[in-house]
Amino acid sequence: MKRPLELPHAAEDVAMLEATWAEPSGFIGWLSHVDHKSIGRRYLVTAFVYFLIGGALAALMRLQLSRPDSGLIGPDLYNQIFTTHGTTMMFLFAVPVMQALGIYFVPLMVGARSIAFPRLIAFSYWMFLFGGIFLYVSFLLNAGPDVGWFAYPPLSETLYAPSRRADVWAQLITFTEVASLATAVSLITTVFKMRTPGMTLNRIPLFVWAEVVTSFMVLFAMPAVMLASTALILDRLVNTHFFDVEHAGDALLWQHLFWFFGHPEVYIIFIPGSGLVSMIITTFSRRRMFGYLAVVLSLVSTAFMGFGLWVHHMFATGLPQLGESFFTAASIMIAIPTGIQIFCWIATMWSGRIEVKTPMLWVLGFFAIFVCGGLTGVMLAAVPLNTQLHDTFFVVAHLHYVLLGGAIFPLFGAYYYWFPKITGRMLSERLGRWVFGCFFAGFNLTFFPMHVLGLHGMPRRIYTYSGTMGWGTLNMTASLGALLMGCGVILFIVDALMALRAGDLATDNPWGAGTLEWATSCPPPNSNFIRPPTVAGRDPLWDNPPDQPVIVGLRADVRDVLVTHVLDAEPDHRVEFPEPSIWPFLTGLATTAMFIWSIFTPWGVVYGALPVFVAMVGWFWPSRPDEGGTQPWPIRHRTLPRPNEAPAPGGAI
Amino acid sequence: MFSVSAIVFALTMAFVVTALVRGVSRVRNNRAAPSDRQLSRGVAVAVGATVVILIGLLIVSVWTGRSVASLHASSAVTIEVTGHQWWWEIAYDDAVPSRRVVTANEIHVPLHRPVVLKVTSRDVIHSFWVPNLQGKRDLIPGYATAIWLQADRPGLFRGQCAEFCGLQHAHMAFDIVAEPEVDFQRWLDGMRRPAPEPHTDDQARGRDIFMTGRCGGCHTVMGTAAHGQVAPDLTHVATRSTIGAGTLPNTPAHLADWVRDPQASKPGNQMPANPLSPDEDRALLTYLEMLK
Repeated sequence: MKRPLELPHAAEDVAMLEATWAEPSGFIGWLSHVDHKSIGRRYLVTAFVYFLIGGALAALMRLQLSRPDSGLIGPDLYNQIFTTHGTTMMFLFAVPVMQALGIYFVPLMVGARSIAFPRLIAFSYWMFLFGGIFLYVSFLLNAGPDVGWFAYPPLSETLYAPSRRADVWAQLITFTEVASLATAVSLITTVFKMRTPGMTLNRIPLFVWAEVVTSFMVLFAMPAVMLASTALILDRLVNTHFFDVEHAGDALLWQHLFWFFGHPEVYIIFIPGSGLVSMIITTFSRRRMFGYLAVVLSLVSTAFMGFGLWVHHMFATGLPQLGESFFTAASIMIAIPTGIQIFCWIATMWSGRIEVKTPMLWVLGFFAIFVCGGLTGVMLAAVPLNTQLHDTFFVVAHLHYVLLGGAIFPLFGAYYYWFPKITGRMLSERLGRWVFGCFFAGFNLTFFPMHVLGLHGMPRRIYTYSGTMGWGTLNMTASLGALLMGCGVILFIVDALMALRAGDLATDNPWGAGTLEWATSCPPPNSNFIRPPTVAGRDPLWDNPPDQPVIVGLRADVRDVLVTHVLDAEPDHRVEFPEPSIWPFLTGLATTAMFIWSIFTPWGVVYGALPVFVAMVGWFWPSRPDEGGTQPWPIRHRTLPRPNEAPAPGGAI
Repeated sequence: MFSVSAIVFALTMAFVVTALVRGVSRVRNNRAAPSDRQLSRGVAVAVGATVVILIGLLIVSVWTGRSVASLHASSAVTIEVTGHQWWWEIAYDDAVPSRRVVTANEIHVPLHRPVVLKVTSRDVIHSFWVPNLQGKRDLIPGYATAIWLQADRPGLFRGQCAEFCGLQHAHMAFDIVAEPEVDFQRWLDGMRRPAPEPHTDDQARGRDIFMTGRCGGCHTVMGTAAHGQVAPDLTHVATRSTIGAGTLPNTPAHLADWVRDPQASKPGNQMPANPLSPDEDRALLTYLEMLK
């Protein structure tokens, strides 16, 4: 394998560089981290904890439903449980965990020293953490939301939900949207302005493309749900009458706003998953991804079409038939770009030399489950079938096949793939196979019977059912499957803890992959790359010639970062990045106080804004007026060798 | 549609497995990989097939949708269905107001005649669903929409709420009884009659308890002073097959349990418990049992 030419560098320079990029220690220091690797790790661990809690809630539901007429959990608690489960998995796990992978890996994969707006990322993490704590403290205080993760008014209006539970739901949305919008902005900027020279648009790794596309979807989809949830809070707090029918509000308006966000949300979760699949397949097939351009265009067109099919969640509301047909067509046609991706993956495997390591195993599981979920999705797009299957267990099965198949299986693959990169140690191949086996078998045992239950007429969101309906056996099967799945997850935790203590040490590139995150040590140094590499192909570690230049000329005594042009990633200028700071944490704290205060009184917004203002002033206080800012990159160094061109005289830039 | 999906699934899986086998075996036998040109051709064919299948499914789906929705006829029976937390108000409209029939949680329809259901909700969103007759239709407050159905075989069809509507969403079922035209008309005539006068002392005493107690504040019994509008009409309650919108079968024992403490079997519903002496209890039940 070709590696970029190592330049000898002075030891003291490296030491200075590492000290410059080091994060402060101590408790206050720990709260001040802005390094994307540190924040990304926290994000990943926190999201995984929320995943475990959400999974435990799911286990409680399965326990209650395993037998007919079960009296284990009453309707009040059950409604809180399923609402909190859905809300957790969508808002506190699936979206954030994919963004967390982006926070950790996108800067590494584009060869940057940092993520753009590092303090914003830190703020994003604190908002995400506090939002989740807020939800679960409320849940433990018997104020967990109980109006469904979709919170349809009028059920979520004060008249039918007088307690604070619906407010908790609506405000949690605000927390997570602030967090994910901040991350989206940072990721887009990182990819567009901080790619290493040589990484033109058509050489961006597919996972990075997936993160960019997802981030743009976040920018357009999240405002819709924030608008909706804010309007709901206003309805409940100051009687604005957006959605309450008694005062000429409109109950359907909510559904349009919510699903205009809600359907793209599915793709916000799935597209990063597909990026992971592309990465893993490429690495373990030992060949370049077949049909790179087709896959990128598929991602982009999926993102566009994803905004055009929200009405298929509303076929039962009685919209005009012509409109329904349009959305049916859109819902069916979105299968085309996904199909293109699947065939490109198959072609890559077909012509590759496959090594079936654990990450690859999860990708194979992904194929089986996601294709099945995609096909039931095409069925649901048809209005006549939809009005039968909508809001039954068939949909529960479908959405878990799509979301777990499309996101969680690739995600677990990514856990195995990138665990050595983050920790420097390998997860066990042997245990990994057991984890996969338990999870895959448990998953199918849990969710496949739900298709049948749905076809037999079992509606969703019921806390119990009568024994005369004959749904008992299949429900019991599903519950046993959930148990097996739980075992798989526990086994994974055991595997991770054991690996952290005494796993095999990872080499720099244990899988022989081609992308830049493997061009540095495991785990990466503080500055990501002692000598940031440039690239001459899509898979730099495979394509780069031995004399590929590296970036020199960035200062080692300050956090100096190279900014490049959007299209061709030609060097533009250098920027000095901010130091660690406690202010993002304090701003997060102040914002949290304001958000929580404001569900009790409108004055919370007014008085709560003052601490936020103070914290923001602290955050943006200029520290060294004489230094910092941007410095132009010397013009003579701007041009880089093109892919099939001899390096410019002068060698390193 | 299911079979098409199953075939597509099997084909895709076959491709994945073949690709896997070829990819894995290439590590050992070092056979030359197909060129990108050949791969492009394969992918193009597969994508083309996908597009054709999807367009086929689209046409079938729209066509079926048309025919399902176009069940119109002038001889239709019109029924108004209003959703409440957590029961169904059923009304058979008539040009003559006194011939209007109001009942709850049980719909009778004539065989082989289209029925138009005008649906709306009084409080939150519900969804009307009889799996074996027709797809769902949401009952949305502030909106009145119509849905058509037609029963072509006699029998009892279970329906239930399919949109999460709060605490007792699980216990919001109803029955549709499909019967020949003659039986349907007889039933409808029966429903038009006001409640019978009590014959025995027990029944008369039960009626007094009903009227002087709090029952009449929420329930209506036609032909009496009870005109409550927020709970199911009880004029013919003894003819219905279930209590509490499908929560319990309508037997005297269950009815007694329900009247004493409706919160036991359907916690959270709007009806309060009724602590009565055993004597009063029996009298009230005797009265309810005669409301046919």
